[in-house]
Amino acid sequence: MSNAAPARRRSLRERIGFRERIRDRDTAVYGILILLALMFPLVSYNITEGTAWISHATRAGYWVLLAIGLNVVVGFAGLLDLGYAAFFAIGAYTYALLASPQLASSPANHAVHISFWILIFVSLMMAALFGAILGFPTLRLRGDYLAIVTLGFGEIVPQLFYNFDQWTGGINAVGLIDQPLLPAWVQGPWSGDPEFKIVSPFNFNTDPVAYYVLVCFLVAIAVVLVTNLYNSRLGRAWMAIREDEVAAAAMGINTVTTKLLAFGIGASFSGFAGAYYAADVALVSPDNFLFIVSITVLVMVVLGGMGNVSGVIIGALVMYYLIFILIPGLPEIVTGFASNVGLGSLNQSTGDWPGLGEETQRLNFIIYGGILVAVMLLRPQGLLPSRVREQELKHAAVQEEEAAIEMSHA
Amino acid sequence: MSLPDYGFYILCGTAVILLAAQAVTHPTQFFQVFIFGLTQGAIYALVALGYTMVYGIIELINFAHGDVFTLGAYIGTTLLGFFAITEGTFTAINLIALIIVFPVVMLIMGGINITIERVAYRPLRNAPRLAPLITAIGMSFFLEGVMFLWRGPATVHFPDILPTQSWYVAGVFFGVRDIFVVVVGAVLVSLLAVFINQTKLGKAMRATAQDRDAAQLMGIDINRTIAATFFIGALLAGAGGIIWGLYYNTIYYQLGFRSGLIAFTAAVFGGIGNIPGAAIGGLVIGLTAAFSDSYIGSKWTQVVIFGILIGVLVFRPTGLLGMRVPEK
Amino acid sequence: MSEQPRDNILELTGLTKRFGGLVAVDNVSLHIKRGEVFALIGPNGAGKTTLFNNVTGLFRPTSGNVLFDGRDITGFKPHQVARLGIARTFQNIRLFDYMSCLDNVRVGRHVRMKAKVWDSLFKLPRERREEERVTDEAMEVLRFVGIAKHANQYARNLAYGQQRRLEIARALATEPKLLLLDEPAAGFTPQEKVELMALVKKILNRGITVFLIEHDMKVVMGISERIVVLDHGEKIAEGSPEEVRNDTKVIEAYLGKSA
Ligand SMILES: Nc1ncnc2c1ncn2[C@@H]1O[C@H](COP(=O)(O)OP(=O)(O)OP(=O)(O)O)[C@@H](O)[C@H]1O
Ligand SMILES: [Mg+2]
Repeated sequence: MSNAAPARRRSLRERIGFRERIRDRDTAVYGILILLALMFPLVSYNITEGTAWISHATRAGYWVLLAIGLNVVVGFAGLLDLGYAAFFAIGAYTYALLASPQLASSPANHAVHISFWILIFVSLMMAALFGAILGFPTLRLRGDYLAIVTLGFGEIVPQLFYNFDQWTGGINAVGLIDQPLLPAWVQGPWSGDPEFKIVSPFNFNTDPVAYYVLVCFLVAIAVVLVTNLYNSRLGRAWMAIREDEVAAAAMGINTVTTKLLAFGIGASFSGFAGAYYAADVALVSPDNFLFIVSITVLVMVVLGGMGNVSGVIIGALVMYYLIFILIPGLPEIVTGFASNVGLGSLNQSTGDWPGLGEETQRLNFIIYGGILVAVMLLRPQGLLPSRVREQELKHAAVQEEEAAIEMSHA
Repeated sequence: MSLPDYGFYILCGTAVILLAAQAVTHPTQFFQVFIFGLTQGAIYALVALGYTMVYGIIELINFAHGDVFTLGAYIGTTLLGFFAITEGTFTAINLIALIIVFPVVMLIMGGINITIERVAYRPLRNAPRLAPLITAIGMSFFLEGVMFLWRGPATVHFPDILPTQSWYVAGVFFGVRDIFVVVVGAVLVSLLAVFINQTKLGKAMRATAQDRDAAQLMGIDINRTIAATFFIGALLAGAGGIIWGLYYNTIYYQLGFRSGLIAFTAAVFGGIGNIPGAAIGGLVIGLTAAFSDSYIGSKWTQVVIFGILIGVLVFRPTGLLGMRVPEK
Repeated sequence: MSEQPRDNILELTGLTKRFGGLVAVDNVSLHIKRGEVFALIGPNGAGKTTLFNNVTGLFRPTSGNVLFDGRDITGFKPHQVARLGIARTFQNIRLFDYMSCLDNVRVGRHVRMKAKVWDSLFKLPRERREEERVTDEAMEVLRFVGIAKHANQYARNLAYGQQRRLEIARALATEPKLLLLDEPAAGFTPQEKVELMALVKKILNRGITVFLIEHDMKVVMGISERIVVLDHGEKIAEGSPEEVRNDTKVIEAYLGKSA
């Protein structure tokens, strides 16, 4: 009881100190991200006179969600998951099947159209459920065997969606997926309308900014929830298991259920992202969930700095930019550059030479692979690795004097 | 014996009984599929060995290994182009070309793999565990990119220069090429076994896999031993690449991705880190794939193979041979 | 005789652990009284750590029983054992390297915390209060072992002796009734050994029974009330420090080893 008073004082001091907060790296990163997120629609619309950037941003958003979720499994709990895309697929198909005409042409003979706002939770739970089903028999396995089981699972799931084509349409994909609806929405200069206007009722396919706003909300919610977990009893238990499973068990942590929770919670983020993805692209096919997707998310997590939520977000954004914007755009950049410096002749294809643009495109794999290797060699711990939390630094600073006094008495 | 063990034996037993029933009722089809599975399995075995050796020694799932295998095939087809080979029959020049190209490709692949280890894995030996995994993935893309850049995205022809003799025995069709694949595979695996068990370097490799620190204390040069492991893994993968090419006559730059995953599954199936296990695992997976293709349908093969993988790991985490698992 | 079980916090009866052909612990029976310091000694490879592992649920005994506080805990899982009130340290320190010292100790509080997933996910007020309380309790334990000023450092960055203390702090944080220490003085300077003995006394004063494996005879003789000697998995002697010191079998076991 006597300890309660100083604890209050400490947390109060923490709450006020704005300058201290800026010094906290996470707060700075989040602050910048929030600012950018707020300004992005307006700025991008005015610069590009279109919505290409906005749709890039909405797509980057689900990668961020995936990376945040996988980080719980890989970064917090230290469980290597090489089949994370499977849960993404489960989330996406849950939404796609229950909010499209697809089931009308299936043995069920009846189309289902459930609201996005309900299905996003259903997708989340389906993914979590499958996470638990897969995790239950396998989480006893040694670390790498778990990785291999998840890899196998990740290979099986898209194939099953492909094979059960009576239900899923198989290779033909599920199309005409319903869009989220809202009772009302505000449009303005950020979406190309000269003035503010209230649209009611509102369908998401009428305004690309809506998806952007939605994904920003989803990401923000995910960050808050995951950060809460990180700073909790469960978060510490995950990290303890990651560091030393035997010692964690000896400290009273039920390693099987704790790992199962990591698996289930990680999967549920993926399911959540899957529902959003299905609505956004409105077309879901098994090919969207192959091994390469799992690998890309893993790269985002590791490159960003495993275990650190803000780092993982940065990692996801950087990788998205690299894979989906920079590398595909390189041929154009290179040919443009060549003409500008008077080497335009290189752009023509002659004989064996396919032309500079084409050649650059053929280099895509090499460039991507080279970047992965180089980044890992330069920063094996990732771009923004996790650090001992700032809060503890402060806490300890307060305690230090007390401790010194204590010691001199002892 | 524990419950999971029973599960494992029941699964295996059921599979064997079902196959035996097929063998009795439709022997011709059964043995035809069996031969096909055996050849495929021999190639998977060669690739699986590289996965298992590397995993055994540095606990890395070397995702680039499947691409080393494919690159071997690409280099093989290019080198064969320098000889005046005749496709569709078997000439003396074909034989000479094969005798030269096999070791040359194997050595080139060994050299490339040592370089990969040196550049992408060795600097990360004390880094967080996932860092080398990511560089392995990066190297995989890189190698695929090299093949793409070199020969383009389409499939590439691999010369058909093996003898074309074939026979029908009791209705089962098989040719010299089937025998060739299985024999070459068996010879290489036996050579590897002799090497691992008899030579000093082989023993050093086993010691390092058991306990790296202890091996170092015993005066074993760890870097050299690990490099040797990559070298030998690549020799086998290179040979596997050429054999694949000779047998199927088409290759493409992403071949190593899927066959790599399957070969890796074979390595796990046999008990990862376990060399005879990888060879047997390769055969079993090859046979499984063949039987699944013809009895269940090829679109289920992937589900079957990876389903087996999960089943094995759940019921018998030490793999088929159930031997040593490096516990560190 | 009838009231003896009440006084015994731990009772092993006929405990045996086999690894294939090797009998690492061979039919060992012993009992530890509440509130004493009990030492387990023996040459290298005698089976001491294996005995600890059987008590804490890391291994399942091949045969025999473990009775803790009058309750049969044979074959319990490690986390169940910890919850019931047995904590331990490890012979080769096993800290959570990339976590702060404070977090290491807060992990120790895990079993005594109530927060469920939902509480943590939404940071409900009762979870916040519990976190604050646990943080203070953890600091208190760090102070108790004398490493409070390192609270914010990664465990791996501590000096060796401090790491041993941190491991004890982490174990104490679980509020054990019985604390198992596996060679806590290994690698210590004489000065550190004295400090360790003082710490063990302090732990004892908290009402915690201490069960100790230790090679250093000065430490063992200095703090323990009773000693059991293990050799090749078998109990070869039991008694007070004096009795054990003069036991011919014990002398043989140790001399035989060094000869
Ligand atoms: N998991 C295990 N598997 C097989 N054998 C084991 C295992 N753990 C311990 N042993 C063997 O059991 C015997 C007793 O080992 P233990 O570690 O209990 O000895 P100890 O008394 O703690 O020795 P030290 O003083 O060196 O710590 C040794 O021969 C050891 O090799
Ligand atoms: Mg010991």
